[in-house]
Amino acid sequence: MSVLEVAGLRTHFFTRAGVVKAVDGVDFTLQRGEVMGLVGESGSGKTVTGFSILGLVDPPGRIVGGSIRYRGEELVGAPDERLRELRGNRIAMIFQDPMMTLNPVLRIDTQMVEAIQAHERVPKKAAWERARDGLGQVGIPSPEERLRAYPHQLSGGMRQRVTIAIAFLNAPELIIADEPTTALDVTIQAQIIYQAQKVCRERGAAMIWITHDLAVVAGLADRICVMYAGRIVEAGPTDDVIDRPLHPYTVGLLGSVPSANKRGQRLNQIPGMTPNMLALPKGCAFRERCARAGDACLAEPGITEPAAGRALRCFHPHGIEVPA
Amino acid sequence: MSVPLIEVRGVTKHFVKRLDLAGKIARRLGADVDEEVVHAVDAVDLAVRPGEVVGLAGESGCGKSTLGRMMAGILPPTDGEILFEGIAASEMSGAQRRAATLAVQMIFQDPFASLNPRLRVEQIIGEAPLVHGLVDRGGLSDYVDDIMRNVRLDPALKRRYPHQFSGGQRQRIGIARALAVRPRFLVCDEAIASLDVSIQAQVLNLFMDLREEFDLTYLFISHDLSVVEHIADRVVIMYLGRIVESAPTEQLFSAPRHPYTQALLADVPRLDQRKHDFSPVAGEIPSPLDPPPGCHFHPRCPHAMPICRTQQPVLREIAPGAFSACHLDGNSGT
Ligand SMILES: Nc1ncnc2c1ncn2[C@@H]1O[C@H](COP(=O)(O)OP(=O)(O)OP(=O)(O)O)[C@@H](O)[C@H]1O
Ligand SMILES: Nc1ncnc2c1ncn2[C@@H]1O[C@H](COP(=O)(O)OP(=O)(O)OP(=O)(O)O)[C@@H](O)[C@H]1O
Ligand code: SF4
Ligand code: SF4
Ligand SMILES: [Mg+2]
Ligand SMILES: [Mg+2]
Repeated sequence: MSVLEVAGLRTHFFTRAGVVKAVDGVDFTLQRGEVMGLVGESGSGKTVTGFSILGLVDPPGRIVGGSIRYRGEELVGAPDERLRELRGNRIAMIFQDPMMTLNPVLRIDTQMVEAIQAHERVPKKAAWERARDGLGQVGIPSPEERLRAYPHQLSGGMRQRVTIAIAFLNAPELIIADEPTTALDVTIQAQIIYQAQKVCRERGAAMIWITHDLAVVAGLADRICVMYAGRIVEAGPTDDVIDRPLHPYTVGLLGSVPSANKRGQRLNQIPGMTPNMLALPKGCAFRERCARAGDACLAEPGITEPAAGRALRCFHPHGIEVPA
Repeated sequence: MSVPLIEVRGVTKHFVKRLDLAGKIARRLGADVDEEVVHAVDAVDLAVRPGEVVGLAGESGCGKSTLGRMMAGILPPTDGEILFEGIAASEMSGAQRRAATLAVQMIFQDPFASLNPRLRVEQIIGEAPLVHGLVDRGGLSDYVDDIMRNVRLDPALKRRYPHQFSGGQRQRIGIARALAVRPRFLVCDEAIASLDVSIQAQVLNLFMDLREEFDLTYLFISHDLSVVEHIADRVVIMYLGRIVESAPTEQLFSAPRHPYTQALLADVPRLDQRKHDFSPVAGEIPSPLDPPPGCHFHPRCPHAMPICRTQQPVLREIAPGAFSACHLDGNSGT
């Protein structure tokens, strides 16, 4: 059975200025031990997708359609109590800002022991030892000392590693990591990815790694989903998506990443601006920035499967020539 | 070789970290607490030749912005000299100093914070050239239009305010404001870091076009090594206030010599590097309040020797145009 099956997910925000269709048609499946990269630019709906899975969307936002199945169990419409039980236990989240997870006025050990005891009857001493081992596993030196520290006494990278340790405390089956390394240096980023990778592999946990950085998921993910304006516009195995992108937005995004073989040359730039979620163009949301747009694109492209394991929303994909 | 457009010799910047209230009270009560000194930049030499793009990279807090601000002339050094076209700032006449001030401009990371929200775009761009007499009132409107076209902004938008623009457009306004005084040297400090991926490429392309059009020289500061690799002719790597390596871009990326550069490059995620095990450099960035003695990198260096703990390695030319500060003299393999 898949760990997670998301189908037709739609999460909208009903704001005074209008309805923001933050997530508007997201489908994917995640198997045990699989790492999925969810990429897309700011505002494309990555975080809201993660929040929807965790049942953390607050008003004025609401899941208005679709289904989220965790090991076959429907989470959309599930009681709050059940979602709380899953969160931090079977499903864990790592946020970009570690202070979303950490309480600034409590010592690390207090927080970690609490996180264990919230889901399991464990004597305090055993919980404390598990917390200490957890810190060791994410590469924190002298974990016993760190356990006595307050969050502000740790560096940013150290704090983020503590939240990873907390996320893994109860051996979750699914981890949603929302840009956990975006604010950090490459050296610290590599340490954190290394730890997350290791723990996933050792425990067979599945992971969704949310980022705007294609290079990070290229080295980490088995599969990539590319989001644009609330939809997954292209998905597939990492190598396929990066080496043979089909969607014009993916092609543009890949072309805009500086890399050694493009040194000193002009980068391929995606024209126009990032979309205004309150005034998306009719039909394909990428239409006004797309060089391949045609009359067909005035309608909404549905999901197609151009090759095994790949998904696409586009009328005139690359690799398939546009009829003159 | 030509005279460097801008050069720093032994520049140092110390920041005194003032005691907070708790610290002051503790000291009054006789506790042994002192004001701490951050060695943000420590005796750095760097020369930038006309037309060159120098990329400056290194981990957060290593002193990139501090060095950049000193080179831009907006932060006085604690020690050392800054020369513009071979003339030290301390020896310039008033006119020379004014010319140098205009010739060197800075572009910041956050385009919003650096633009006055109450001014229209035409005022933001036109103010300095008018004050400095580069243009008169009659010619101002056309002048602003030209500059806006240079940065690919529609002059029809010039009566708008900064908040009416997207992030990428605001960064263009910042670039236009700098260009308006006809600078020769631009210090770009994380100038594309706050922009969305698809917009980063637009602004990076603009920087490359402007370099050609206006014969500009850049110090391009970025923590993103792929950006530095893309735009720079020469790359300078800093670690805890010191330059550890400087080399032509291609050399530095294909054959890094300093152990720190090697570790840093190994950690950069790359599109062409598929599913692999990340194997990060060990250890934390030490505190700049109390940097390790000798070679600052020795606690994390896989090649550290006894001498590294006591003696600071000097920056030496170890191949034509390639400098490294390491007791191994760049023989650490790759
Ligand atoms: N509480 C809210 N009220 C109204 N709109 C919201 C709310 N939260 C998110 N949105 C909107 O939903 C859209 C998707 O936001 P989301 O945070 O998922 O983007 P993202 O892809 O995670 O972007 P980033 O890379 O910047 O984190 C955005 O247009 C955002 O403005
Ligand atoms: N005004 C200041 N007062 C006190 N300390 C400062 C000041 N400005 C910078 N520092 C300190 O000097 C050191 C170098 O800072 P700097 O901003 O130059 O680093 P950086 O390399 O630009 O880092 P980043 O990549 O995070 O921008 C840091 O330890 C910083 O905390
Ligand atoms: S559907 Fe049309 S507009 Fe949209 S990406 Fe494909 S070609 Fe471009
Ligand atoms: S001087 Fe010593 S510690 Fe420093 S980088 Fe070279 S080998 Fe490593
Ligand atoms: Mg987000
Ligand atoms: Mg800086």
